[in-house]
Amino acid sequence: MSFISLLWVLLLGSLLGLELIGKVPPTLHTPLMSGANAISGITMLAALTLIVKAEGNVPLLIIGSVSLGFALFNVVGGFFVTDRMLAMFSRKPSNKK
Amino acid sequence: MNLPVIIKFVIDLLAVLLLALGIKGLSKVKSARDANRLAAFAMSLSVVGLLSYYLGTSGIAIQSWIWIIIGSIIGSLFGAILAKKVPMTSMPETVALFNGCGGMSSLLVALGVAIFPISSGQENFDFFKSLINEVSISVSIFVGAITFTGSIVAMAKLQGWLSTPGWTQSKVRHFVNIVFAVASLIAFFDLINGNTSSIWLLVIVSSLLGIGVTLPIGGADMPVVISLLNSYSGIAAAAAGFVVDSQLLIVAGAMVGAAGLILTQVMCKGMNRSLVSVLFGGSLSAQSTASSGSGEYTNITSCSVEECALTLEAANKVIIVPGYGLAVAQAQHTLREVTKKLEQNGIEVVYAIHPVAGRMPGHMNVLLAEADVPYEQLKEMDVVNPDFPATDVVLVLGANDVVNPQAKNDRSSPLYGMPVLDVQEARTVFVIKRGMSAGYSGIKNDLFDLPNTSMVFGDAKKVLNDLIGELKDLGVGEK
Repeated sequence: MSFISLLWVLLLGSLLGLELIGKVPPTLHTPLMSGANAISGITMLAALTLIVKAEGNVPLLIIGSVSLGFALFNVVGGFFVTDRMLAMFSRKPSNKK
Repeated sequence: MNLPVIIKFVIDLLAVLLLALGIKGLSKVKSARDANRLAAFAMSLSVVGLLSYYLGTSGIAIQSWIWIIIGSIIGSLFGAILAKKVPMTSMPETVALFNGCGGMSSLLVALGVAIFPISSGQENFDFFKSLINEVSISVSIFVGAITFTGSIVAMAKLQGWLSTPGWTQSKVRHFVNIVFAVASLIAFFDLINGNTSSIWLLVIVSSLLGIGVTLPIGGADMPVVISLLNSYSGIAAAAAGFVVDSQLLIVAGAMVGAAGLILTQVMCKGMNRSLVSVLFGGSLSAQSTASSGSGEYTNITSCSVEECALTLEAANKVIIVPGYGLAVAQAQHTLREVTKKLEQNGIEVVYAIHPVAGRMPGHMNVLLAEADVPYEQLKEMDVVNPDFPATDVVLVLGANDVVNPQAKNDRSSPLYGMPVLDVQEARTVFVIKRGMSAGYSGIKNDLFDLPNTSMVFGDAKKVLNDLIGELKDLGVGEK
């Protein structure tokens, strides 16, 4: 990928992000923040790339692995905690008697 | 183009699409839970795409697999355990912690690439390419470090492990932060000039900058800061995407960065604070004590739980205003018991949710949902405000600034202009509070002085428990 096309990707991605959440009910601010936060753990892909390309360089493997750990902590924890929060909202129909 | 490249291309495209749909779905109550799962699925898909690409092209060494497995197991395990165990009341600091770790991950990737340049396949070395590489590494380190230390400070402050040091409220902090910012700029240019060792300077000063910027910010503004840091971690991920040449990372990072920015803006609006004043104004209480915070209360009426129960029994319509104090006392379940009794007696009960009730927008909804409060009974401020004049009793539980009429009446008040709940319009207002201490803002609450307001002093949970007892004695909800 050329640098210019990567810049296009950046620009379009940002515009998409700006458009995606126009009106959010306050109820969902916390879950949305937590869900978006989990997505930002996508750096796990960069960590994976680092490990695969390390070619036996042990310090680099360790850095990559630690980085992967941090990212997955973010991703797995983030999605679980968001799900826990949202589960409480979706339980409402069963409450109605 | 060979097959692995095409497969990865298709998978990446699909993952971006699903992530975008996920973020979109998360902003609607109905679709939120599925959307979250969709996003999680998209993330796993992207990992499969990347791994299959490497398997199909260069192959993955056994050694790499071992480190991949070690890192993933440890990270996922801790993440999952924390996510399952953490109480709902500490949600804001949990999000801050996760967020900080995402920033740390981007920082480490950039650091790894900077110290041990990886062969990216393009052997033709040209200046432009290496410049881009250095800039993206620097940005990734800079933003990643700020995200990490800032989030950790935010978490520590929300947990109460860290208080706001006095010097951070003076002008000194601007000077200190400017020094850090200039130092990171110097390190940045030094790095581009080919001095690799200055990368450590960049790591250190940007970490310090993250601390220096977050430390002065007061507890009430912390949600905004976390949301902003969340946006930063997206930017850090996008920068890491430039470092390892991954479009998917750039798109996802940019999306989170931009969406986080919008969310931050929305939150600021709800709290009537501008982003600039949150970041550079210091904590609200420090400013306000000087201006109008020190007024004396002249007309406080205090009453017993019994009186409160009697008034509640005679009411037709009751509005509950829950605040952070309720969450601290873990009294949301007890509150639900009380309201159940009232409902059984045919009394209409509604919860008025201020946009920033709890500690984060939406936090109170989560806490009440946890206590099985039907979603339909939660009313947003704009919906419920016209109802107050027709309401017999308002119960204010651990909320303070959000029910302060000063925000509407007193132009000199620091709260002036903040959207508040007009509880004083109701016939009777009971404020359940531990003492006369001020809220987050440290400002006197004029509501407490009004003739139709009565204070019920005590811990929210204890008062509510007593209230259940009193209501039982009155025979409320027994039929």
